[in-house]
Amino acid sequence: MTTLLNVENLVKNFGGLTAVSDVDMHLNDDELVALIGPNGAGKTTLFNLLTGVIVPSSGSITFRGTDGVIPLNGMKTYKIANLGMGRTFQNIRLFKELTVLDNVLIAMTAHYKENFIQSVFRFPKFYRTEAQIRKEAIELLKIFDLQDDVDKLAKNLPYGIQRRLEIVRSLAMKPKILFLDEPAAGMNPEETADLTRLIRQVQRDFHITVLLIEHDMSLVMNLASRIYVLDHGSLLAEGTPTEIQQNDAVIKAYLGEEA
Amino acid sequence: MKANLKYNICWLILMVAGFYLMNALILVGVIDSFLENMVVTIGINIILAVGLNLVIGFAGQFSLGHAGFMAVGAYATAIIISKTPTAGAFYASIIVGVVVAIIAALIVGIPTLRLRGDYLAIATMGAAEIIRIIINNLKITNGPSGMFNIPQFATWPVVYTMVCITTIIIVNFIHSRGGRAALAVREDEIAAESMGINIFKWKLAAFVLGAATAAVAGSMQASYLQTIAPNNFNIMESIAILIIVVLGGVGSITGSFVAATILGVVDAALQSFGALRMVIYALVLILIMIFKPSGIMGSRELSFKRLFSRKNKKVGAKS
Repeated sequence: MTTLLNVENLVKNFGGLTAVSDVDMHLNDDELVALIGPNGAGKTTLFNLLTGVIVPSSGSITFRGTDGVIPLNGMKTYKIANLGMGRTFQNIRLFKELTVLDNVLIAMTAHYKENFIQSVFRFPKFYRTEAQIRKEAIELLKIFDLQDDVDKLAKNLPYGIQRRLEIVRSLAMKPKILFLDEPAAGMNPEETADLTRLIRQVQRDFHITVLLIEHDMSLVMNLASRIYVLDHGSLLAEGTPTEIQQNDAVIKAYLGEEA
Repeated sequence: MKANLKYNICWLILMVAGFYLMNALILVGVIDSFLENMVVTIGINIILAVGLNLVIGFAGQFSLGHAGFMAVGAYATAIIISKTPTAGAFYASIIVGVVVAIIAALIVGIPTLRLRGDYLAIATMGAAEIIRIIINNLKITNGPSGMFNIPQFATWPVVYTMVCITTIIIVNFIHSRGGRAALAVREDEIAAESMGINIFKWKLAAFVLGAATAAVAGSMQASYLQTIAPNNFNIMESIAILIIVVLGGVGSITGSFVAATILGVVDAALQSFGALRMVIYALVLILIMIFKPSGIMGSRELSFKRLFSRKNKKVGAKS
């Protein structure tokens, strides 16, 4: 197993507030890692740092791409995404007014080319490319049981399906690492169980590394092979689910000190 | 592929039929020179509104500088065909106008498209004013008094063809990789970026394409009306185009066609009312905005594909 993403001494200050301080972490090939912590611990900030939405104050993030190790600090979000980092959002960010199919096609933008003249004057080549990527998108949607919703607008889907579509959309980017930000938020136990199966299936069939933020401990303990615990912006603990469950510092952070 | 061919042939038939209908009406004498003028004005407004709709409705960038790019095309054509009044020079001048407008749009767009919403609107408005003031102060453009006796090459068939070509280009762009990327930018910039889309590039692409079609409209106007002045391209012109887009429906190309036609007809019908005309015009706008705030068409489009599939569904339900 080799390290895919490596984070060293990562710091992010917002004015006087240190949202993330001195975080070291790493993600290996093909593993499922969870990031947990109380509200306001800086989990989403850390996600945004890793995916390039915000720029770190100091520290380094490196990614092992196809041609060597690449530093990601200060790189543009879309470039980081195209290196192979897909993500979902805590508050769903689908393209609401567009169809399910378009949502997936948009995520595939970097994976095919269309010449302006050819697409504007509808050359046969254009139709061939379109047919090809549409087929790919629909196949992907089929895997996740969304084939009947292809022409529906994303905003008209039920909440649980929107969450699922967001995962499918990020998979369409053919990512090496998938970042899931609270995928089970607002779901009932049944939907959470579905989601757990879905994430396991994704990780198994697509051979990708998954980093997930989650408050639902049943999901985390079921899925994760390693867990990072974040509190007040710094790493509190790292280990397997059993280790974390027995860690005193973690219990203290979640439940408070024993009287 | 076969299905696509079917829809494309439908559109082609519609375009050719429109042409011959117009031709027949002129031959019969139903359309006199006054009405022909109205139709051409409507055509030019369609080109402008469709281009602006791409920028505002599809890429989600609020631009108020459309008239500036129109001025670039108009003056390119006016200057070139005043010197060499041949049909070849006229078509070459359209291309020159488009190229200059593209360069201008890049210069304007690269710094301003980083802004959002109202800031972008003000910046593009300022850019259009700069273009107008430059034209106002150049010798080659004959300054504020404008240019007269420009040879007329842009007859109604030419304008009609240009409406078809620019609309085809824009609609086809929207339904391609680039158009989808622009739609993603409109829907959610952060999500689009996280999906690997270079949002700045696609904003700029839509803006530049919009500007290029505006230049074509400018060329048509200069050569059809045969006289232009810098004041034809002030902020009021940009707003007039914006009104068409909003009235027809932001994000509906069909809507831009409908709104440009309705406003053109209303405008011509009220010609004899003098000053009262603007009052009635404003009243019509207010009423539509009250009863249909999303515009006449909302974001719906005329689509042969949907027409056919609806028909098939009905047949399927019966059998």
